[in-house]
Amino acid sequence: MSDIAKQNLILVGNGMAGMRTIEELLKLEPEKYNITVFGDEPYGNYNRIMLSPVLANEKTLEEVMLNDDNWYQENNIRFEKGKRVTDIDRVAKKVIAEDGTELSYDKLLIATGSTSFMLPLPGADKEGVIGFRDVKDVDAMVDAALNYKKAVVIGGGLLGLEAANGLMKQGMDVTVVHIGDSLMDRQLDKDAATMLKTSLEEKGMKFLMSHASEEILGDGRVTGLRFSDGSEVDADLLVMAVGIKPNFELAKSTGLHCERGIVVSDTMQTFDPNIYAIGECVQHRGQVYGLVAPLFEQAKVAANHLAELGYGRYEGTVTSTMLKVTGISLFSAGDFIGDDDTEELLFRDVASGTYKKLILRDNIIIGACLYGDTMDGTWYFQMMKDGTNISDFRDSILFGQAHLGDAGHGDETRVAAMADNAEICGCNGVCKSEIVNAITEKKLFTLDDVRAHTKASASCGSCTGLVESLLAHTLGGDYSQAPSKKSLCGCTELTHEEVRAGIREMHLKDHEDVRKTLNWKTEDGCAVCRQATNYYLLCENPEYNDPESRFINERAHGNIQKDGTYSVVPRMFGGMCTPKDLHAIADVAEKFKVPEMKVTGGQRIDMFGIKKEDLPLVWKDLSEAGFVSGHAYGKAMRTCKTCVGDSWCRMGTQDSTGLGVKLEELTWGSWMPHKYKLAVSGCPRNCAEATIKDFGVVCVDSGYEIHVGGNGGIKVRVTDFLIKLDTEEEVLEYCAAFSQYYREDAHYLERTAPWIERVGLDKIKAAVLDDEANRKELYERFIISQKPAQIDPWKKHADGVDENQFKSIKITAA
Amino acid sequence: MNNWLEIVALEEIPVLGSRVVETDTVNIAVFRGKEDTVFAIKDQCPHKQGPLSQGIMHGDSVTCPLHNWKISLVSGEALGADEGCTNVYETKVEDGKVFLKSPSS
Repeated sequence: MSDIAKQNLILVGNGMAGMRTIEELLKLEPEKYNITVFGDEPYGNYNRIMLSPVLANEKTLEEVMLNDDNWYQENNIRFEKGKRVTDIDRVAKKVIAEDGTELSYDKLLIATGSTSFMLPLPGADKEGVIGFRDVKDVDAMVDAALNYKKAVVIGGGLLGLEAANGLMKQGMDVTVVHIGDSLMDRQLDKDAATMLKTSLEEKGMKFLMSHASEEILGDGRVTGLRFSDGSEVDADLLVMAVGIKPNFELAKSTGLHCERGIVVSDTMQTFDPNIYAIGECVQHRGQVYGLVAPLFEQAKVAANHLAELGYGRYEGTVTSTMLKVTGISLFSAGDFIGDDDTEELLFRDVASGTYKKLILRDNIIIGACLYGDTMDGTWYFQMMKDGTNISDFRDSILFGQAHLGDAGHGDETRVAAMADNAEICGCNGVCKSEIVNAITEKKLFTLDDVRAHTKASASCGSCTGLVESLLAHTLGGDYSQAPSKKSLCGCTELTHEEVRAGIREMHLKDHEDVRKTLNWKTEDGCAVCRQATNYYLLCENPEYNDPESRFINERAHGNIQKDGTYSVVPRMFGGMCTPKDLHAIADVAEKFKVPEMKVTGGQRIDMFGIKKEDLPLVWKDLSEAGFVSGHAYGKAMRTCKTCVGDSWCRMGTQDSTGLGVKLEELTWGSWMPHKYKLAVSGCPRNCAEATIKDFGVVCVDSGYEIHVGGNGGIKVRVTDFLIKLDTEEEVLEYCAAFSQYYREDAHYLERTAPWIERVGLDKIKAAVLDDEANRKELYERFIISQKPAQIDPWKKHADGVDENQFKSIKITAA
Repeated sequence: MNNWLEIVALEEIPVLGSRVVETDTVNIAVFRGKEDTVFAIKDQCPHKQGPLSQGIMHGDSVTCPLHNWKISLVSGEALGADEGCTNVYETKVEDGKVFLKSPSS
């Protein structure tokens, strides 16, 4: 099976970290290596973080297997199951296993993980004294539960409490011994720990706090434990869960530099460049990790270098913790104690069992500790990783994300309490149980996996938070959502900002240039990155356009409908029209037998059911009648909605229709990161609904109130007030400047509402209001980019540009 | 009998773009890749019959414009976690002209 032309890669350690690296590598370079895996356990790769549910009888071992024997065969991987590697000869580049197997490598990956740290107490070698680390330990515990009654767990940390809970579920009488006076002292503050202890006691768990173990009693098998104060407790089973110890003896014996773990660089390389190490056995920038999220990030980087792509960097991970004890919700992340320079936000309701604490430094979350109600844990954690300034909603942040106006879902964010048939994803009709089943049966770990397999949150994305919560809730424990750095798509490791900065700073001129210079993994990119990149390129160079990287709507300048026909919406500036306009539209509709017409929410007329080949003809007639494209199909400026204003309305304060027309004349045709809507209301009654638009003007007697960042879509958001202006000229200038700032700063497919929530209104005020010179420059850049944008695409196509696109080739079988 | 049908000049298909071929029985999307490789596939996504010809092409696959299913232009099969398959047809390029193996034969 082995192929001489290929290099040999050996993985020592068949755990989650190592195998994840292999999986990532197979995705990048499936043919590069002959791969051999050594594992000292007699199983395939299983999900170690799910051992607690196995012990608690909530899952079976089969359910937590990640790669069974077949998988290794299918992927042509030689699997040395149950063989411990005892020696590495770095000079001859080979590994030697216990049974004498010798195999040489070109590249070696060490992922030996960690073992339970066993306290060196007298009697620690007695029968019935175990750790809690692998399937063998779980088997020993299940076995003990059949024959014995009393279990003692040393260690009141995450692992100890999960072991204790599992043993209780197995029917044992369990006492947890903890050396400190507060449970989970690495994750919880005292208040939360006290609430946790009370709930566990209600479940029947017993505690001996502030007890230092001294000696394990019994002859042959353990019978009890004696403490330093002389007291004793009976025990038929003693589980030590005081911590883990990185397993690096093998690496050390071969002369690799080790401190608290195998020391690796940001590329996951050890001091021997042919040897990589990953997972719990490594020490990276002084840190040793014992959670799964960092391993996955490390795996990506190691795979990137093994595939010789050479640009992955691991820069450390901010971790968070949850406790996998059914019925108890607990979340902690970062620094949850704080110091003199930090502030504390606290919500405590002992009666309902809710405790939330956030630690802030300069209005940025640096730590969180939640007990009882943890559904917002992922939200807080994301903001913590992003360094989001929370000053705008600091007064309500403890009430959770739902409180911020998630009108789409509201209280439903309590995923744990939701019924199995509750619909999570409204776009694709995916309910809670489908997602939970997919996560458990298909062993999904990430949001992307869930999207691929269930389609939940894959369309409009408004339920992303819910799906992430479900993932966290279902996986429990060490789940930590996607890496802190969200790449633009699967074709690159770079974020939106990084791609954009690359285009700007290196003056990249086209798609090919971007993909080559920025090391794309795919030759042509994909539908996601091509559209985003196309926008970023044209934002820098308004003349740029690559039709094949545009969504069909923007390529065909119509809105594709479910049957493959298109809808056509001519622009009506400010919603104003004349009898002549209406006649012209009616003529077109009759001539092309338009099956259905509708007045849109944006105050214009939509003609449905037009065949692609007819589009240029429709446009020709509309152009001749004086219409231009309404861009109702694009990530572009759409419409400016107006009310009648002071020319007719007895309440009107200003000429809102006139101003609306001017604003639309200024901005029409502009390509944007997402759709972009304007409105002008003639008085504070706000008939044009200007306060749910991207840029809204509310006229008042003394001038014009400018509102930005509103959204009437999936998640309704009312605008933020930006400034009050005196004249129409100022309104036009501020509108152009704000629009341009959004165009240059937001991610592709990010509407103004989430953009403002992400970057903060202060940043926008600083750029558009406070800095007059900058505002003028933004205005200038907007005007320059509008020049090519306001050449009507419909007229161009009616005149024959790209006519092939609209003509099909007809053949009749002879 | 020669059942190759001449369809169109290669240069009349944009790179990473497509043209639609209408026959009596079926619409076929003919795509042109980076290296002037040509693919022909039934213009109907196996998911909800979206016109694949209008999708974005990358490598040897296309993303359907309606619901973003990725379809292999080589096998006609849905990629990723989706399941479904549509027809593909043989093509060849000679002297800058694209030929399609007659779908009715």
